[in-house]
Amino acid sequence: MMGTEVFEAEIALAVNGAERRVPKGWTLADLLTSLELDLRLVVVERNGTIVRDRSSFASLALSADDAIEIVHFVGGG
Amino acid sequence: MAHADLLAPATLTDPQPFVIAGREFRSRLMVGTGKYASNAQMIEAIEASGAEVVTVAVRRVDLDRSKDEGILHHLDPDHFFLVANTAGCYNASDAIRYARLGRAAGFNEWVKLEVIGDQQTLLPDTAGLLQATETLVEEGFKVLAYTNDDLITALRLEQAGAVAVMPLASPIGSGLGMLNPYAIRTIKQRLSVPVIVDAGVGTASDACIVMEQGVDGILMNTGIAAAQDPVRMAAAMKSAVEAGRHAYLAGRMPRREVAVPSSPTTGMLGA
Repeated sequence: MMGTEVFEAEIALAVNGAERRVPKGWTLADLLTSLELDLRLVVVERNGTIVRDRSSFASLALSADDAIEIVHFVGGG
Repeated sequence: MAHADLLAPATLTDPQPFVIAGREFRSRLMVGTGKYASNAQMIEAIEASGAEVVTVAVRRVDLDRSKDEGILHHLDPDHFFLVANTAGCYNASDAIRYARLGRAAGFNEWVKLEVIGDQQTLLPDTAGLLQATETLVEEGFKVLAYTNDDLITALRLEQAGAVAVMPLASPIGSGLGMLNPYAIRTIKQRLSVPVIVDAGVGTASDACIVMEQGVDGILMNTGIAAAQDPVRMAAAMKSAVEAGRHAYLAGRMPRREVAVPSSPTTGMLGA
């Protein structure tokens, strides 16, 4: 039963195209903090919609199979 | 009057300020930020170019690498006017998605819109470009549209609400210089919005010749970044853009297929 409990305590989602397992109940802010990202310098898209309000990151609960895209500015012409 | 005074802006003002979407810029040279050997070199080159408008790309954060790779760790958004591009987008919906992400970064609503139609030439997909322009203009974006040197497309982009039309001199990253000066001049003559030549400038003389056509400005990246000494080339491009603008405003002499002496033909000594 131990294994089942671990499984149920995590959800799988796609972050920048790669599968990631995170604890159930995590918010978007939890994810971004765990990735050590500067929240002011990134833009986040969840399931194709931009999460414009950065103050909502902490209240936005992640769901299984969410597709999260985290982008920023890089050099380009 | 000393030579330096002649070149001072106070005495040689530009009769037509460089204004895009109501915003005035001093420099007619805009630069990209790609392909530099280091961030330090990029910053030094941009400073040497005198550019105010600086383009950047939108990409996924590489979650496995150093947190330091985002360009905003190096480029001060208060010091430059950052414009996000949609480089790498091959259809209108991708370009619209990238434009929205760029705007959400929070600097401005400007976008250098690219919809690429072909991997080998990176020539624009003009149908997709027009479609994306219409949508983005409706959403309040200031669209600077990268296009080919076709007059009709340029006119359609202007009608669709683009704040600037950016025809190519030659393909992106080719350094071939301006392949069709006639087409560029025609576009400039027929459009009311600023015409900014984007892509293909390989060296300072290319930039000068482009500006001599009377266009409003130039956007370049590889011409500076891929030079042996990008910082010096950036300085050369700054001079070239200014020189070309002055030459255009000055009005060149007519071309003649015969020689005309510069010195008097009278007053020669007797034999």
